[in-house]
Amino acid sequence: MKRTPWFAAGLVLALAAVLCFLALPIVAIFVNTSPARLVSSLGDPESTDALRLSLETTAIAVAIILAVGTPAAYVLATREFRGKRLVETLVELPLVLPPAVAGIGLLAALGPDGILGGALSSAHIALVFETAGVVVAQVFVATPFYVRQAQTAFAAVDPRWLEASRTLGAGPARTFGAIAIPAARAGLAAGLALAWGRALGEFGATLMFAGSLEGVTQTVPLAIYDRFATDFPAALALAAVLVAVSAALLIAVKSLAGEGSPARAAR
Amino acid sequence: MLRVDARHRRGDFSLDVSLDVGAGRCLALAGPSGAGKSTLLGIVSGLVHPQSGRVACGDAIWLDTDRSIELPPERRRCGYVFQDYALFEHLSVWRNVAYALRGRERRPRALALLERFEIAQLADAHPRSLSGGERQRVALARALALTPSALLLDEPLSALDARTRASAARELGAILRESTVPALLVTHDFTEAALLGDEVAVIDAGRVVQRGSATELAAEPASAFVADFAGAVVLTGTACAGTDDLNVIELDGGGTIYALHAEAGPVGASVFPWEIALEPAGAARSSSAQNRLGADVVSVTAIGGRVRVGLAAPQPLVAEITAIAARELALAPGVRITASWKATATRVVRR
Repeated sequence: MKRTPWFAAGLVLALAAVLCFLALPIVAIFVNTSPARLVSSLGDPESTDALRLSLETTAIAVAIILAVGTPAAYVLATREFRGKRLVETLVELPLVLPPAVAGIGLLAALGPDGILGGALSSAHIALVFETAGVVVAQVFVATPFYVRQAQTAFAAVDPRWLEASRTLGAGPARTFGAIAIPAARAGLAAGLALAWGRALGEFGATLMFAGSLEGVTQTVPLAIYDRFATDFPAALALAAVLVAVSAALLIAVKSLAGEGSPARAAR
Repeated sequence: MLRVDARHRRGDFSLDVSLDVGAGRCLALAGPSGAGKSTLLGIVSGLVHPQSGRVACGDAIWLDTDRSIELPPERRRCGYVFQDYALFEHLSVWRNVAYALRGRERRPRALALLERFEIAQLADAHPRSLSGGERQRVALARALALTPSALLLDEPLSALDARTRASAARELGAILRESTVPALLVTHDFTEAALLGDEVAVIDAGRVVQRGSATELAAEPASAFVADFAGAVVLTGTACAGTDDLNVIELDGGGTIYALHAEAGPVGASVFPWEIALEPAGAARSSSAQNRLGADVVSVTAIGGRVRVGLAAPQPLVAEITAIAARELALAPGVRITASWKATATRVVRR
């Protein structure tokens, strides 16, 4: 007797519903933007300025996150110390902070009247209404995405490999560079892609901390918001560009270092 | 000469061990899991930091907690073969072997080592694609590439299937005989310890309970624990195929026994003392046991209700029988008896 696979059908239906709901807005953006409109939007200097600014600032932000976040994640993954849980919670906190809170917090910390404001101004570092401020906001919101993922990736590396490396004459630094990072590279790449995507989409904290000055702090999301009230088709076209750029980055980063990583296969 | 003197406590577990191994010698550390064998290798290699102790290899002092000396692992040059080999999965075989090497001669030197282990054709393969036996050879080659000052082997055969294990044990034995540095080999298998170690130290609950040659341990165990652990008796000899699928083993020093495993060449045949029956010398054959050896009683040791009987047959042999049987046979040193056991109870490993 053949049983009706109700449960299997339900599972497929649930997945289909999730896919439709998540894909619908993205499809709508492209449906409502004619290819001609997309191309002309790329020719508009204001749009290209925003796109260039977005790519530059996120590239710098991601470089900073990689350089500092990778060793920090390695410490969290391989060492035990008092207060580790607290540190992990602090690292994750920006994930749940509303963007407005992040922006206010950054102003209170690094703004002209912030707790580090005096030190920054005497060092002639200006962040508010400056491109550097955009980078600071992006680093703040995107770091947890990378560090969490990197910590998981490093924790999945067989500790025996690290020990074997040490007995074979490699110090802790070479072990980190020659064994831990290559072994964890798929997870690191996934974290990098997530962080880059988050930095590209950063809006609220940037708006509050760095403002929305064309050519200086107006990244693509801010430019979309700027056009949204006055020129909806232009906003749609720019949104389509951002979707395409984000997807391309995600795919590129994952395929460059992602596939066939040993850490995944070893577990 | 490697000298280790260490005390280490972690939770309920405490380790207190003093031992030394001469250059070119292999000391097998045998004991149940959780006895502290691997911890001891960790202390020697510098991966585990004991609360107090001293480790010296030749003239070099690696650890001396009294003088606050502790060399990191990378400065001790221990050729460490890990239990699951810990090959770097993201590096090809030759890069694994060359990991400890520097300079332009890295690849040729790694290839020469792979050649020696007869796996040069795998140089560019990735560890994931190797069989257990091949992985073990890569791990050995990688450890030897370091030109180590000591060899540490953690259960080097346990990851292998039974068929590969015999040939891997033989190769490892050859490597250890060639080696001129002290070696520590951890195993939970007494037969393996007897075949690969020049000496065996039995470790239980963080203490060395007895140290000696394998036959000494099997014949005169210092405690009931060693007696149990040193369970199997190992006889060495040369095997060749016999009739009816039986393997004929000519024992070193005289005597012939039979086993079912098809092996040829030098072998170790092991049997458990409780599988050996004793009867008066010259008694008519009265059982199905194929293996019968005339033997002189060397020692009689009572352990609870059992009696361990040390025999010279002429290789050392140990039988374990009940106290009643020992009384009936009037066993005492010097008495001549016949030891018998079944061919099916005889395990054969190549050496």
